[in-house]
Amino acid sequence: MTVQSLLFQAIDGLAAASGLFFVAAGLSLIFGVTRIVNIAHGSLYMLGTYVAATIALRFEGALGFWGGVILTAALIGLFGAVIEIVLLRRIYRAPELFQLLATFALVLIINDAALWIWGPEDLLGPRAPGLRGAIEVLGRRLPTYNVFLIVIGPLVLLILHLALAKTRFGRLVRAATQDREMVGALGVNQGLLFTSVFALGSLLAGLGGALQVAREPASLLTDLIVISDAFVVVVVGGMGSITGAYLAAVIIAEVKALCISIGTASIAGVAFNFSKLTLVAEFLVMAVVLIVRPHGLLGRRQTVMRSLAEPEEPLRPAPAALKAVGAGVVVALALTPLLARSQPYVLVLGIDVLLMVLFATSLHFIMGPGGMHSFGHAAYFGLGAYGAGLLVKWFAATMPFGLVAAPILALLGALLFGWFAVRLSGVYLAMLTLAFAQIVWSIATQWGELTGGSNGILGIWPSAPFDIRSAFFLLTAALTLLGVLLLRRLLFAPFGYAMRAGRDSQLRAEAIGIDVRRVHWIGFAIAGAVAGVAGGLFAFAKGSISPETIDVGRSIDALVMVLLGGIQTLTGPIVGASVFAVLQDTVMRQTEYWRALLGAIILALVLLFPAGIVGGLARLRLRLVRP
Amino acid sequence: MNTLEIANLSKSFGGVRAVDAVTFAVRPGEFLALIGPNGAGKSTCFNMINGQLAPDSGSIRFADREIAGLPSRMIWQLGVGRTFQVAATFVSMTVVENVQLALLSHAGEIFRGWRPVARRHRERALELLGEVGMREAAERASRELAYGDIKRLEFAIALASAPKLLLMDEPTAGMAPRERTDLITLVKRLVVERGISVLFTEHSMDVVFAFADRIIVLARGKLIADGDAKAVRENALVQQVYFGTGKSFERKRELLP
Repeated sequence: MTVQSLLFQAIDGLAAASGLFFVAAGLSLIFGVTRIVNIAHGSLYMLGTYVAATIALRFEGALGFWGGVILTAALIGLFGAVIEIVLLRRIYRAPELFQLLATFALVLIINDAALWIWGPEDLLGPRAPGLRGAIEVLGRRLPTYNVFLIVIGPLVLLILHLALAKTRFGRLVRAATQDREMVGALGVNQGLLFTSVFALGSLLAGLGGALQVAREPASLLTDLIVISDAFVVVVVGGMGSITGAYLAAVIIAEVKALCISIGTASIAGVAFNFSKLTLVAEFLVMAVVLIVRPHGLLGRRQTVMRSLAEPEEPLRPAPAALKAVGAGVVVALALTPLLARSQPYVLVLGIDVLLMVLFATSLHFIMGPGGMHSFGHAAYFGLGAYGAGLLVKWFAATMPFGLVAAPILALLGALLFGWFAVRLSGVYLAMLTLAFAQIVWSIATQWGELTGGSNGILGIWPSAPFDIRSAFFLLTAALTLLGVLLLRRLLFAPFGYAMRAGRDSQLRAEAIGIDVRRVHWIGFAIAGAVAGVAGGLFAFAKGSISPETIDVGRSIDALVMVLLGGIQTLTGPIVGASVFAVLQDTVMRQTEYWRALLGAIILALVLLFPAGIVGGLARLRLRLVRP
Repeated sequence: MNTLEIANLSKSFGGVRAVDAVTFAVRPGEFLALIGPNGAGKSTCFNMINGQLAPDSGSIRFADREIAGLPSRMIWQLGVGRTFQVAATFVSMTVVENVQLALLSHAGEIFRGWRPVARRHRERALELLGEVGMREAAERASRELAYGDIKRLEFAIALASAPKLLLMDEPTAGMAPRERTDLITLVKRLVVERGISVLFTEHSMDVVFAFADRIIVLARGKLIADGDAKAVRENALVQQVYFGTGKSFERKRELLP
């Protein structure tokens, strides 16, 4: 590595920073005003790439390309306005968690819509007319288009800055970012303001996507990659700060450029490939920033919004009817292997369902009673699965050792990540847990020598007597039952009450001597360990483990399972996970467009049944009992 | 020995000296009122004593120990209870569970994970609820309570840790006059029985003059008066900060033809 190559990478990094900035600026604006973290922002960007590529391919020449860029930005802005009016308006007053899920549902639906319109192949657009050459910088060739991107990023920042500082619209946006309720009280038409801000943010995302077409093909994978990058940028820069977004985009792009230019270096005699760090680098930056400045580089503490979720009913011991149902379930589980003689598939599905029940219950433990909305619970599931898998792969360990290693590795991971996570709350906690899950996923993907990379680890089979499927089923059932009952027991004990106390009122809890952070930290670790058990069993059930089984999709599945059952009840996650796992197995495998279907289920949940299945039934019963 | 001794306590926010070199003490068994107009620094002073804010300078000694800058839960563990201006309870729990949790924390049993809360310290919690007149409401969800009852529940929670000093931030705020007198009578009776010292802030002068053993007055961050009801009522400085001097209008009158 030379100083020249480092400088060159740094200059090239600025081009990447501009791309990041367009998406992040829109995301930040939207969050500032509406307080909604729009996970679908990456999808708008992705749509931008597809639309711009399609236009440029149909109408060739400079007008087709540059006119297409402008037209695309306008179209995506318009699409954003439609989304705001049709969907978001209904959920501004919903709990944060539901807003995140609703926009995630959009991600799924938009992705499948793109698959339907443009097909699974990447779509390669033309290169930018007039900017196809390159100039010589530091003895290397820098594409002219990158120079254009380097310039246009700060230019858009300047325009946005002036618009926010000088215009009436900008004043309203800044006022709403500081105190939305006050702006409403002053008689500002909030509907119009929110719609136009959402449209502006979407326009920026569309513009970012359209400009990217000249460098990379449009791909269905962009949405999640872009959104996780944009999140990191916004969180690092400070939610709601445009200048912060640019600053953070530059920092992250530069850190990545640095990793690439260092390449393989030797540290204390061990060769280490820094370019592999690029996937993790941004999350490391974010973790550091969040710990030092919890509200981002240029962000400020958000005004606390009143939570409009319905308060929870006090915890009551299981009534006789529920105990009877529970006993019935246990008996049914014990008898399942008999039924499986005629229908062996029942056992395969049964194991899936049980593992999802255990996984969802462990997430509910911290999400419901702990109030910590983890968007990265798959990390602990994954650590468990890999803990077991690695032991089998490298030490030829038998299953009992693997199943002991699984929760231990998950526990250690949860202790480490949880220590940081409990220092934050709300959206920031959600993002940090997501970032940690991405780190685990990246390590699994990139550290090929250890983990087998994207192929994962194969040949993790249970040892006797559990190599017979019915025996493995019974083992899974026993461990799931044990895990669920232990967590339930904890919730009725002082520890569970302390967790809820910290959630209900942190101030009050501290005032009666409860160390809320410590309680929540331990709760987080316990939930992680239990998820690790589920992960370990999963590895043995499938015989293999690969990064794609522990990606962000699994974290989101767990959230959906908890909400489907009802977050405010203890039986909710059990029912939710069972229904979800069966649905996934039956309905979703029938269609290519299962993502859109899952998205529709999530939207229905958020808009129509916010209390979930069990919560909804309980309310129905209350209404029948007390007319 | 005094229960609480505060010396030269100061705290600034930006350029504002919210609390400026305040010195006073709470004597054993005393019912001490801290009063002053809005913005006088009462809440800042309170939040430094209960550990929510760290002072810029000065000392806070409780039971012969420096507590300035300690986290609020440690101050509570040493024997300082508190109630909030806007009453806060654990809304997802029943009334009796709220008290049980305080008892559990006092007994150092927060991290126990096996025996259910329902079977722990229940008798003692019911007893405490009985003393504040809330025995009947024990099994109700605390979020269903009327505001006056929440205040009573908060008081029971504060008593659960058997404190030596009780900090009450506007204990009767937001209550009707009749309720107000009932609550403060109850508080005074129970703390006198137990020998608990109380430092409280209050806007209702009826309550202050009728119940406080002694009154200290803050204005613009400084302590301006200290004495019994009569002395404070007749203090010229206190009259000035509460009623003004009328001087703000004098000049205008001069300008009139």
